[in-house]
Amino acid sequence: MQTATQPHSHSHDHAGHDHAHHEPGFFSKYIFSTDHKIIGIQYGVSALIFLLFGFLLMLAMRYQLAYPGQPVPVVGSLLQKFLGDDLAKGGVMQADLYNSFGAMHGTIMVFLAIVPILFGAFGNYVTPLQIGAPDMAFPRLNMASFHAYFLGGVIMFASFFTPGGSARSGWTSYSPLASVTDLVNRFDGQTYWLIGMVFLITSSLLGSVNFIATIIQLRCRGMSWMRMPFFVWTQFITGFLLLLAFPPLEAAGIMQLMDNLFGSSFFLPAGLVVNGTALGVSGGGSPLLWQHLFWFLGHPEVYVLILPAIGIVAEVIANNTRKPLWGYKSMVYATMSVGFLSFIVWAHHMYLTGMGTKIATFFQTTTMMISIPSVIILTALFISLWGGSIRFNSASLFALSFLPMFGIGGLTGLPLGFNASDVYLHDSYYVIGHFHYVVAPGTMFAVFAGIYYWFPKISGRLMNETLGKIHWAGSLFFMNCVFAPMFIQGFKGMSRRMYDGGTTYFLGVDPTALSLNKMITMSAIALGLFQLPFIINFFYSIFAGKKVHSDNPWNATTMEWSTPTPPPHGNFTSEPVAYRGPYEYSVPGSKTDFTPQTQKP
Amino acid sequence: MEIPYTYKARPDTGLYNAKVGIWLFLASEIMLFGALFSAYILLRVSAPVGFWPETALAWPRGLLNIPIGTFNTAVLITSSVTVVMAWASLQMNKFNHFRIYMVITVLCAFAFLGIKSFEYNDKFSHYVVQTKSGKPVTGHIEVNGKHPRFWNFSDQWTLARLTAENVKEISVAVDPERDEHGHVKSHSNHAHENRTIATDDIQFLGSYTPATHPFFAVYFLITALHGLHVLGGALVLAYFAFPGAKMWKDNPQQFINRIEVGGLFWHFVDLVWIFLFPVVYLL
Repeated sequence: MQTATQPHSHSHDHAGHDHAHHEPGFFSKYIFSTDHKIIGIQYGVSALIFLLFGFLLMLAMRYQLAYPGQPVPVVGSLLQKFLGDDLAKGGVMQADLYNSFGAMHGTIMVFLAIVPILFGAFGNYVTPLQIGAPDMAFPRLNMASFHAYFLGGVIMFASFFTPGGSARSGWTSYSPLASVTDLVNRFDGQTYWLIGMVFLITSSLLGSVNFIATIIQLRCRGMSWMRMPFFVWTQFITGFLLLLAFPPLEAAGIMQLMDNLFGSSFFLPAGLVVNGTALGVSGGGSPLLWQHLFWFLGHPEVYVLILPAIGIVAEVIANNTRKPLWGYKSMVYATMSVGFLSFIVWAHHMYLTGMGTKIATFFQTTTMMISIPSVIILTALFISLWGGSIRFNSASLFALSFLPMFGIGGLTGLPLGFNASDVYLHDSYYVIGHFHYVVAPGTMFAVFAGIYYWFPKISGRLMNETLGKIHWAGSLFFMNCVFAPMFIQGFKGMSRRMYDGGTTYFLGVDPTALSLNKMITMSAIALGLFQLPFIINFFYSIFAGKKVHSDNPWNATTMEWSTPTPPPHGNFTSEPVAYRGPYEYSVPGSKTDFTPQTQKP
Repeated sequence: MEIPYTYKARPDTGLYNAKVGIWLFLASEIMLFGALFSAYILLRVSAPVGFWPETALAWPRGLLNIPIGTFNTAVLITSSVTVVMAWASLQMNKFNHFRIYMVITVLCAFAFLGIKSFEYNDKFSHYVVQTKSGKPVTGHIEVNGKHPRFWNFSDQWTLARLTAENVKEISVAVDPERDEHGHVKSHSNHAHENRTIATDDIQFLGSYTPATHPFFAVYFLITALHGLHVLGGALVLAYFAFPGAKMWKDNPQQFINRIEVGGLFWHFVDLVWIFLFPVVYLL
């Protein structure tokens, strides 16, 4: 069968190209590729660049918070040159620029960096390999999905250079604020943001349809549902979250676009006054409607950011403890419950809108309920460590530190889920500390673990362990120095939206909260410096890393390690069959401490 | 390895890939239109009483053309029937019947869009005029002897523009009087009465467009989005009927699958309209 189909797939690759090379041309191989592995790499590279960009935005903001009113070092003159005096006079970050960087930091990190890297990069590269599929179910849709993502990213990036700067109403773009930032030039940064979002939503819609269909349809022979690696399960549930939660934001985005461009009043109340003048709109809209539609996406999105990360960690932990995952089935069912419950907790982001106590009670209850399956997953991962002979390589170290970091992020969320305590903590630095603990040392550590873990499969070379461990130690230490003080600042009542870091507000009342600003900023810079070993390691290892001596350097069980390195077009050299579950490590009586899924009984 | 189940059904799920794909896509479409319908409900329920100047009701009624909307519903349902007939004809190996039914489907789609654009045009030249001295009047206006047209988006009149261009008066072909349910009053004269209103006497002037009232914002947004779906679906079905039909010779099973998937999308588009019509036109 293999030889019979070979000529056909070749003619397909060469469609539209008449040169006689054996390899397809550069454009069809790297830009218009339909191979899930190339698309995964495209996603990964673009998302890592956006990740760095989002991080740099944050560094500039952090500098302004620690040293308000002083020119941003190194890039200050560039900011003034490219963005103009209104935003960066004398290299000093102005309030509008701070707001715009804040909004774009959130948008870029969530929609252009983390989701694409988890779902687009790891999901694309690993999922079909782990279920024994030759590719995704719809390769051309997959390509379209990446192109839509890339266009969305370009639009978001271009918005920085529009007159007035990029969107600056927060990554949540609350109306009416988002509709009145620039009343003269209606094609402002916010409009770019909305159009960019429509592209990004289209991209994840195409992606999620493709992922779910692939996992349902393309599992190889023997790959029953409960033999799927846990990572595939998290991708499957994440696919449903993206599929069903994103369209309401798309609807909301189109409505806000109409408000901004055609003067409608979906989110604008009657009698709206801006800067002392009545806004000439019909009114009759509801600002709360935007918040509901936004958070209907926003909350499932949180689980889009964390579920695949947990999936990566589960793979790395099972492999490096040389033990099966403890409670695989309960983890699967817990993931399903999280997926379902994440659709009915969204209004806990809106306690301060003055919703009725009954509604608040409902969302408070569902929020507490969703913490149960989350804790089940985390506990199962902790117990998986018990009695294992743990290998402490870079991937494993990142995965292991994920567990307590995500634990801190999750547990500090509970006071925000309770109505009474949230009213005090809402919009303070406590909230910033909480969700960054989930996403930065949480999800990002999982991403790093995934990169160190799958790098040999993708490139055929191992990453340098020494540099990896330096990267891990520095990241772990300084992540905590950045985010732990934010809880203290939050308890002291520091608002998250003050562009001078609270200088005017505190006015000497409580100098400790303010002095923490400097410490956080220094730690953030140090955190940035500790990413250099990673960047050096990444590029060095692509070209000169130690070559792997087998297709399965980690002695892993799952199917991606049964392919050639790197996997060719079509992935498997012969039809793969799954004979056993995904984590058969240290099976009693077995010669090796791992039994691959493809090994015949 | 080649991608399996591109047109043959997978034994344990009983589905081929594209059918899984289209159902998932439709699920997300339901969330998209569901969000829009929910937005409509929330805006309408939370609107203050007396918000709309004409009927003194919270939300306007009877401003859309129900007979035309009903006719359009029938057109779309017909197309839904013919698209099934097209698929069934292929199953019975009658390719010519397939093509005829598909052509009827596509024609119905374009008839629907034509009628819709007629309605749109009517709304763009239909104005509500609140005078300082009396009750508000609605009707088609003429300014300087010309009707504003919808394809010229900038040709919309507001009080500010009237003042700026120094227009002294406008002419309104006043709509027949309506009761509080939006029905035309029985004693009312059906012929349009022409009234001239001086610019000085106008307090508010707005066409039946999104900027005038959230009802029209909702109406135009949902119907336009639905219209785009009709257009997209019609183009794909037209492609299947002519250039794409070559596949019938090479791989009939895959071609039948394509028609089935296209038909599923088409039914969804009809279904949206079947909800849209009563919710926006009748309620």
